[in-house]
Amino acid sequence: MSDMKYTTDHEWIRVEGDSGVIGITDYAQEQLGDVVFVDLPDVGKNLSKGDEAAVVESVKAAAEVYAPLDGAVLEINEALTDAPGLVNTDPVGGGWFLKLQISDPGQLDGMMDEAGYADYVKGLG
Amino acid sequence: MTGAAEDSTTALAQTPLNALHHALGGKMVPFAGYDMPVQYKAGIMAEHNQVRNSAGLFDVSHMGQARLSADGDAAVALERLVPGDIVGLAPGEMRYTLLLADDGGILDDLIVTRLPQAPETLFLVVNAGCKDADFAHIDTILAGAARLEPLPDRALLALQGPQAAAAMSRLSPDAARLSFMNGADMAVAGVSCFVTRSGYTGEDGFEISVPNSAAEALARQMLDQPEVAPAGLGARDSLRLEAGLCLYGHDIDRSTTPVEGSLRWTIPQRRREAADFPGASIILQQMADGPVRRRVGIRPEGRAPAREGTEIANQAGAVIGAVTSGGYGPTVGGPVAMGYVQRDFGAVDTPLTLMVRGKALPARVARLPFVPQNYYRG
Repeated sequence: MSDMKYTTDHEWIRVEGDSGVIGITDYAQEQLGDVVFVDLPDVGKNLSKGDEAAVVESVKAAAEVYAPLDGAVLEINEALTDAPGLVNTDPVGGGWFLKLQISDPGQLDGMMDEAGYADYVKGLG
Repeated sequence: MTGAAEDSTTALAQTPLNALHHALGGKMVPFAGYDMPVQYKAGIMAEHNQVRNSAGLFDVSHMGQARLSADGDAAVALERLVPGDIVGLAPGEMRYTLLLADDGGILDDLIVTRLPQAPETLFLVVNAGCKDADFAHIDTILAGAARLEPLPDRALLALQGPQAAAAMSRLSPDAARLSFMNGADMAVAGVSCFVTRSGYTGEDGFEISVPNSAAEALARQMLDQPEVAPAGLGARDSLRLEAGLCLYGHDIDRSTTPVEGSLRWTIPQRRREAADFPGASIILQQMADGPVRRRVGIRPEGRAPAREGTEIANQAGAVIGAVTSGGYGPTVGGPVAMGYVQRDFGAVDTPLTLMVRGKALPARVARLPFVPQNYYRG
């Protein structure tokens, strides 16, 4: 079983101790199409659950990525500056967006696990 | 994550190729009241590159097609509504022009062809979102002078790209002999069509007006050609933006004149001297004085696309305009945009600031088109 959690907005979070790496799911990148730019927050920024954490731009549109939980930005994926297409080719690996310091681990409880998310996506048709 | 999908609950019209779009895995979106493919399985970037490098097939059947005839030359009547040289079109020749309101605002942009087999009759292609209003406008103003016959029983296919002629000539040997901005009746794979050498991508290509009943079979034959793959509205938008071509309702609309829209080239000397088109006094005054704002190309210096609505500021931070079309140009390999800037900021290389999500991003006025045109001049 992975330690991945998922939101209904198609973000994933991989918990590593008291921090979490955040990205968007394969389903989300598929919906977006070719990603050409990712606008990432400044390191140190404090995010509350639901805040706009990043903006991902595809050829056709911009989409917001929301913070799945409260926390400060510890690290951002600088590789996306020169290679935004990593979001398409490796969404749950090299296409990660940012790492958050988790301030309230209890917020993870409301999220879906991998099987729950798979069912959720299936339900979207 | 949100923002990737568009919703619509209203009933959408379908083109004769709707089933084919679904069969090809088209991602369908509402556009101008139609259920249209924004992309197919390959994706917008691949479809864009397909058109620049080989050939892509677009369904543009949602656009409005019509014939305009009169007792005598219908071009004389149409010139009451548009500022272009229509009377001077040779049989088979076509031209981009503008339907104008009395204040010089643009009601729509359209392509007018003088039919080679009936040279006093014109063939019009107008925008999908404007067609009902356009046709009503033409009917009203030209009542008694000309007869407009909409052609809802015809589909329109656009085959675009440097290999379009190679693919097309296998289905219709006559097509490759057409020059850019010329059309002719011809059989395409045995179907009677009206074919023009034109398009909306900056590439060589053809638009094929075909009876609805034959459209899907013809589209499938085109897609069977090795050079051709389907392309959706997303690629059509990025291709036309790189080509510097206006999208009505965005880059030009009821509130912009041809002068502001940097379309004064559509008004030839004869029409300027006669001043006999709608809004002529305002338009000619703007030509003499220079418009207070005008459409320019914009090249953001970083990688962030500047979308429609993005504010444009000068170096001092004052707002001097807004982006009307913007996105990523796959052939350019970076963001490209068009927008309106105030007088004095329109010269190529003028530094601008784009306000994207609260950040001031540097940009410059750029020459249009962003990519060289690749039209077939014969």
